[in-house]
Parts: sequence; C-alpha cells; structure tokens
Amino acid sequence: MKLLAVETATEACSAALFVAGGILERFEIAPQQHTKLILPMIDSLLAEAGLKPADLDALAFGCGPGSFTGVRIATGVIQGIAFGLDIPVVPVSTLAALAQGFFNHNTAELDVVFAAMDARLGEIFWGVYQRDSQGFAQLIGQEVVTPASLVVAPELRGIGVGSAWSVYQDELQLRLDDKLSYFEAQHLPSARTVAKLGVHGFAQGLAVGAELAMPVYLRDKVAKTELERKSV
Amino acid sequence: MYVLGIETSCDETAVAIFHSNKGLVHHLLYSQIDMHSEYGGVVPELASRDHIRKLIPLVKQLLQESGLVNADLGGIAYTAGPGLMGALLVGAATARSMAWALQIPAVAVHHMEGHLLAPMLEDKPPQFPFLALLISGGHTLLVHVNGIGQYKLLGESLDDAVGEAFDKTAKMLGLGYPGGPKLSALAELGTEKIRFPRPMTDRPGLDFSFSGLKTFAMNTINASPKTEQDKADIAASFQAAIADTLSIKCRRALRQTGLNRLVVAGGVSANTQIRAALTLMAAGENADIFFPRAQFCTDNGAMIAYAGCQRLIAGQIIEGQAITARPRWPMMELSAID
Ligand SMILES: Nc1ncnc2c1ncn2[C@@H]1O[C@H](COP(=O)(O)OP(=O)(O)OP(=O)(O)O)[C@@H](O)[C@H]1O
Ligand SMILES: [Mg+2]
Repeated sequence: MKLLAVETATEACSAALFVAGGILERFEIAPQQHTKLILPMIDSLLAEAGLKPADLDALAFGCGPGSFTGVRIATGVIQGIAFGLDIPVVPVSTLAALAQGFFNHNTAELDVVFAAMDARLGEIFWGVYQRDSQGFAQLIGQEVVTPASLVVAPELRGIGVGSAWSVYQDELQLRLDDKLSYFEAQHLPSARTVAKLGVHGFAQGLAVGAELAMPVYLRDKVAKTELERKSV
Repeated sequence: MYVLGIETSCDETAVAIFHSNKGLVHHLLYSQIDMHSEYGGVVPELASRDHIRKLIPLVKQLLQESGLVNADLGGIAYTAGPGLMGALLVGAATARSMAWALQIPAVAVHHMEGHLLAPMLEDKPPQFPFLALLISGGHTLLVHVNGIGQYKLLGESLDDAVGEAFDKTAKMLGLGYPGGPKLSALAELGTEKIRFPRPMTDRPGLDFSFSGLKTFAMNTINASPKTEQDKADIAASFQAAIADTLSIKCRRALRQTGLNRLVVAGGVSANTQIRAALTLMAAGENADIFFPRAQFCTDNGAMIAYAGCQRLIAGQIIEGQAITARPRWPMMELSAID
C-alpha cells in the first residue's frame, strides 16, 4: 500500500509517504509557511519514490486539534487530493500523532503520555495516550479543550509531551502531582507518525471518503449570537 | 476545455463549470446567510468551518449533475482574493491540491475580476473597451477596461463601499443581515420624501464617499416617528440618493473617457432601482449598458470559472504549487491577457 500523510496543525509543516514498508518524510518548522510548503513537499516525496499522484492508494491527515487554520489547510489539501483521485482518507488525531512520536523514540517502561498542546485563550488541548501491545498510541478517555488547571487524568504514571508543557508547566505539574514522571515540551506532531497511525487505522477500517474527512476543533463556541450578546 | 470554478471568499460556497467553447455548463451555490444572520454579520471562523464542510459535496453534486467526471476537467480556477483569509484558504487549498492530484493547471482568480467579467456569461456580452462600475459589499470601483487584466482605476470609494452603506443603513432600520436586498424591498413601499445628499457630486472627480449617507440616515431615523411608512420612505430616499450618485459619476466617467459601453456588476447591481437609474442615464448618453443576471451579481462560481478559463486559455498558469490566498489584492496588479 502507498499512503500519503500530511500534518499542519502546529508551527511544524510536514508530509510523509508510506511506501514499500518504509516512511519518507519532509518536515520543517515554518510558522505561516504551510501553504507555500505543503504541495512542494508532497511533490518531492512522490518524485523520490518515483510515483505519480494516481499511484496513491490512501491518505491520512492530522485532523486536529490544533491551530484552526492549520488544521483546515491539511483538511483542504487532503480533501482535494482524495476527491481528485477518489481514494479514501484516514483522519488521525494530532494529539495521537504527538504521543506516537514520543513512543517511537522511547522504549522505556513508561507507556503513558499526557499529550497537551497550547490552545490559546487560557486553554489547552488534552489527551492521555497509552502504548498498546503493537506500539501504537491509543487514547484513554477523551480529548478535550480545557484550562490546564482542570485537566483530568487516569490513575497512571506518565510523561508530559507537547507545547502546553512549556506554557502551563506549573498548573499541569500541580494538577497531576505524582502521576507525572517528567515532561518534554519540545515535541511536535509530524506526518511520519500520522502516516504510521494512518496505515494502522486503514487496516482497522477507519478510512472515510473525501467529504467525511473533517477537522476536529474541540473548541466549538467561537462567537456569540446577537441574542447571547444582548443577554449579557 | 472544462474549467471548474471555486468561490469561497466570504459567506457563500459556490462552484461552477465553464467550457471554453460551450459556455457555462452548470453552477451551484450554498449560502451561509442563515447561519451568520444569527450573529448579525459574517463570523470569519464560522464561515471557514462551513466552507470546508460544504465544498467537496457541492463539487461532487456539480460534476454529477453535469454528467462529468474528474478526468474531463482541464483546469481549476479558485478565488485567491480579496476576501476573508480563512475562507479563501479553504477554496485555495482544496482547489490547488485537487488540481495537483489530477495533474491539471490551477489558476488563482481575483474576486473582483470575477465580478467584472460576470456580464460575459450573458447572451449579449459587452465588447472591450468599456467602463465598469463595480458595486459590492467591499468595493466601489470605476474602472476603464481595455481587455482582461487591462484595468485603469478611475475612481473608488474613500470610505464605505456601496453594499456596506446599504447593510449598515438597513441595520439602523432594524432590518436583518444582509440588509441590502431587505432595504431595497422596503424602499418599494416608500417614496423619496427626504432629500439625502449626493456625496461628492458637486465637485469634479470620480471618487465616492458613502459614510456620510449612513450618518444622514441615522439622524433622519432618529428624528422620525419611526412608523413603518417613515422607514419605507427613508429607505426609498436613501436608495434614490445612491442611485443618483452612481448615475452622476458614471455619466461623468463616460464623457471623460469617451467610452460608449457601461458594465455594472457586483452584489449591489442586483438592485432594481439602481439598474433602472443607470439604464436611463446610459440611454441619455447613447451608451450601451450591461448587467449580469441577478444571481450572478452577488458571489457565484460561474464568474470565477469564466475568469479562470480565460486566463488558462491564454496560457496564464500564474503559480507553481503554492496555495495562494491574498485577503488584500489590488485589482490593478493583475496582468493583461490578449
Ligand atoms: N438588491 C440589492 N440592493 C442593494 N444591495 C444589495 C442587493 N443585493 C445585494 N446587495 C448587497 O450586495 C452586497 C453583496 O455583494 P457581493 O456578494 O458582491 O459582495 P461581497 O462578495 O461580500 O464583497 P466583495 O465582492 O466586494 O468582496 C451586500 O452588501 C448586499 O447587501
Ligand atoms: Mg463579491
């Protein structure tokens, strides 16, 4: 199977190609440059593999949560390609990709990640992930958008991963207390892990058609209606 | 060549297919107006969210109803600006990557060039050169048009656009969003009882200013007993002042340029009284006047597919693989095609 993946929900912009059992990747930290970079990245991946767009079998994308605009760039790109080629799409959580990136590089006995990314407006995107028997990041409970001081975690010891751990380290440490082993804030989600989770999700039957490949924002209330403004 | 056109610059998701020889094949539009009206105006983030939900289903339906498949397409045109950044990005990212997947050219279209060329979709299209009056939600432009991309700006609004003046005045009259068509309907029930100013008509030049009319409307509304009839009369008076002002400036521009064709486009050109006033003025000047059909005055995919098709035929694939969205993009920067 040949699967193309993109991840643009944070300041990192990346594309990856799963082909012949391996993964090729382009990755750049490039705030505001995603629209310029993403298609050339995809193009160069296919060129390296000697493939044409029509050779692709499936797609995966980091569907968020993350920057609303960033998530929509990935969604738009993937919807356009999926519809153009009539191939299926596996939506992959950006928090899962973040956790998976950590698991890929760490074989320590600690198998739980507290994935947390800054969501602005005093909140964070939060999800607890556990490494399953095959090494894939698996969500425990639900992903939420929440103030850092109110996060909910199961009775498991884990590692904090993601940008919220630099912005809200005090609140998170206080809240998690001895459930927290240590944290590493510098990790970013990447298309490589989206591809890995995408291939896995595809095998599990999680692929959908282009029009069902949708962003996950978590924050759903973004404006007040006229009625709501009047009643304040 | 079949060209798919995609428009997502503001609060309508619109798509169309134009064929270089056969003309317009099909067009569809989904309006977000009901959603935004609850908020009293367009909420950019909600607009972007809705575009990404609706765009692909709309393209799918468009192709199906046209009896076409992806492989029939020779190019994809999308509105790259001006407009709301997030909304533009949805159309741009989807269009550009769909074109990449099909290995066909994509072309970034200027929204106002789309409006300007909309009358080309009618049975008797105007020939170049002509004078164009573009009146929409964000723009009021008088342009000397020698050909596609050959534009000379003659005049513009120094403050509010005409459509904006309509919408703001409608809001003051307690009409919902978007107010232009509602104010116009209310004006039908009234007469021009109050003499509104005709801004900037008493001095030379082709620029406009409409923010004063809005203030005048506010004062007039406050001073009136606010009965339904008062409101209708104020609406009629306001609309008459706009129609008159536009006519005076267009007459001046026709005489100044020696042009004998006038094209009127953009959302406000759907207004019947403005159409009537401009038609009367043009007749007096021995000029021919051209409008788009009402549904192509406001945002639509057909005008984008048409404009993109012209640029594609001319071999203007003006971009590499960047997904282009330009919220601000002066129309005079466009390149000419012959
Ligand atoms: N019958 C009408 N009378 C007056 N104004 C109208 C009428 N119909 C539409 N409008 C106005 O036209 C505007 C919408 O036009 P259009 O869709 O061309 O603008 P836009 O796309 O929002 O702005 P722009 O094209 O400048 O980017 C709104 O301001 C609306 O009130
Ligand atoms: Mg418009």
